[in-house]
Amino acid sequence: MQSQATYNYKVVRQFAVMTVIWGIVGMLVGVLIASQLVWPQLNIVEFLSYGRLRPLHTNAVIFAFGGCALFATSYYSVQRTGHTPLFAPGLAAFTFWGWQLIIVLAALSLPLGFTTGKEYAELEWPIDILITLVWVAYAIVFFGTIAIRKTKHIYVSNWFFGGMILAVALLHLVNSAEIPVMAAGILTPKSYSAYAGVQDAMVQWWYGHNAVGFFLTAGFLGMMYYFVPKQAGRPVYSYRLSVVHFWALIFTYMWAGPHHLHYTALPDWTQSLGMIFSLILLAPSWGGMINGIMTLSGAWHKLRDDPVLKFMITALSFYGMSTFEGPMMSIKTVNALSHYTDWTVGHVHSGALGWVAMISIGSIYYILPRVFGRTDMYSTPLITAHFWIATLGTVLYIASMWISGVMQGLMWRATNVDGTLTYTFAEAVKASYPFWTIRVVGGAMFLVGMLLMAYNMFKTIGQGKAVDAPVLQPAAAH
Amino acid sequence: MDINDLRSLFTVLSMICFGGIVWWAYSSRRKQAYEEAAMLPLEDDPPAPVAGRNAGQANN
Repeated sequence: MQSQATYNYKVVRQFAVMTVIWGIVGMLVGVLIASQLVWPQLNIVEFLSYGRLRPLHTNAVIFAFGGCALFATSYYSVQRTGHTPLFAPGLAAFTFWGWQLIIVLAALSLPLGFTTGKEYAELEWPIDILITLVWVAYAIVFFGTIAIRKTKHIYVSNWFFGGMILAVALLHLVNSAEIPVMAAGILTPKSYSAYAGVQDAMVQWWYGHNAVGFFLTAGFLGMMYYFVPKQAGRPVYSYRLSVVHFWALIFTYMWAGPHHLHYTALPDWTQSLGMIFSLILLAPSWGGMINGIMTLSGAWHKLRDDPVLKFMITALSFYGMSTFEGPMMSIKTVNALSHYTDWTVGHVHSGALGWVAMISIGSIYYILPRVFGRTDMYSTPLITAHFWIATLGTVLYIASMWISGVMQGLMWRATNVDGTLTYTFAEAVKASYPFWTIRVVGGAMFLVGMLLMAYNMFKTIGQGKAVDAPVLQPAAAH
Repeated sequence: MDINDLRSLFTVLSMICFGGIVWWAYSSRRKQAYEEAAMLPLEDDPPAPVAGRNAGQANN
C-alpha cells in the first residue's frame, strides 16, 4: 500500500546540484593556487594572492562541496531508510539557503583578508554564529526525521551521519570560542581566540583532526553504508562489523589531534598519546574499508560496467590507503621527516580527492537521476570518462607530492660533516618545481572530470523533471 | 583521589564499555536483528514489478 505523502526531494535536488557547482569552484581555486606555486607571477592582486585563496580553496572543497554532498545524501537516505518525509521541511529549506549564504560570505570575506588564522576554521565570528544556527537546524531536521521514522531499527548510515552532526557541533562551538573586537564592527569583523599559546594550538588541532575524523570521515562513511549497498544491490558485508566500526571511530578519533603538533611546545606525553591513538585508528578504518569493499563479494562483475560503482569502490581503496598512510605519518620518527613537507599535502589529497570526492561523486550520480525522474544519467560513457580522468588526476597529484615531500624532508635534514645544513631552503624549493607542475596537471584533470559531471548533470536535468517519490510503507515482515 | 585518577578511571571504563559493545554486537542474540537491519536500504524501493503490487509506480 502506498501513502499519498512524498519524500522531500526538493532540498536533496538543491544540495545535489550545488555539490557539483561548488566542487567546480573549489577545485578551480585549487588549480589556481597550485599554478601560483609554479608561476608566482599569477599572484596579480592581493585579493587573489596565494595566502588569501588557499583558505578559500580548503573551505570551498570541504564545507561547500563536501558539506552540500553531506546534506544531500543524508537528507536522501534518512528519509528512505526511515520511510518518512523530512521532519520540519521549512527548517530543511533554511539549512539550504543558510549554508549557501555562509559559502558566499566565505568567498567574499576570505579574499578580502578577514580571517581568524585557524586552519579550516578561518571564518570570522559573525559567520561562525550563522554556521551554528544552520547546524542546529540541520540537527533538528535530521534527528527529527529519525524520531518520526516508520522502521524499528535506525540504519547504520544514519548513525554515522548523526555522529557527524553531533561531533561537528561540539568541535565548532569549542574551537570557534573567540572574543570579538566590537569596535571593528560586524561588516569588518575581527576576533581573538578564547585560548592562548599551546592550549590554543591543542584546541585547534583537536578541532582540525576531528574535522577530518567526523566531517570528512564519519559523514562520508554514512554515505558509503547507504549508497554502496544500493548501487551494488546487496546488503553490507557485515552489519555487526559496521556497528563496531562506528563505535571504534567514536571512541578513538577524539584523541588523535596531537599528532599535528609533534616536536612542538605541546607536552611530550600528549604527543605520544596522539600518536598511539592515531595508530589504533588503523584497525577500525580498515575494518570499515573491508566491510565496504566486501559488500561486492560475489558480485565483482558489476564493477566491470558500472562506473558509479567504480567511483565508490575506488573511493574505498583510497580510504584504505590514506588511513594506512595517516597512522604511519603520525609516528614521531616518520613525522620528523614528513611534517611541513608536500607529503602531508599528498596525504590530505589522497583522502580528499580519492576518498571524500569520489564517494560523493558516486553518491550524487546515484541520486541525480532518481530525483529528476529518470532511470539513468544522461550519459553513462561520460561517467566512465569522468572516473578515469579523476583517478589518473588523483594518482598524478599524490605521487608527485610523495616524491617532492620526501625529497624536501631529506634536503631539509641533510647536514655536512661540520654540522651545517647541506642545502638552503631555496634549493629545496627549486627542486620541487617539476613536481608542483605535475600536481597542477593532476588537479586540472580532476577539475575537468567535474566539468564533465556538470555537463552530464544539466543534460539529465534538461531531459527529466523534478520528481518527489511517494513514501513507501516499510516491509510488513518486521 | 585527584582528578587524574578520575581521568584514568574514565579511560578504563570507556575501554570496558567498548569491549561490551563488541561483545554485544557479535553475540548470537543480535544476529537476526542485524540481518534484517542490513536489508533496510534495499527494502526502501518498491519491490520488482513481477509482483504487480507496485505496477505503474513512478520510478523511485
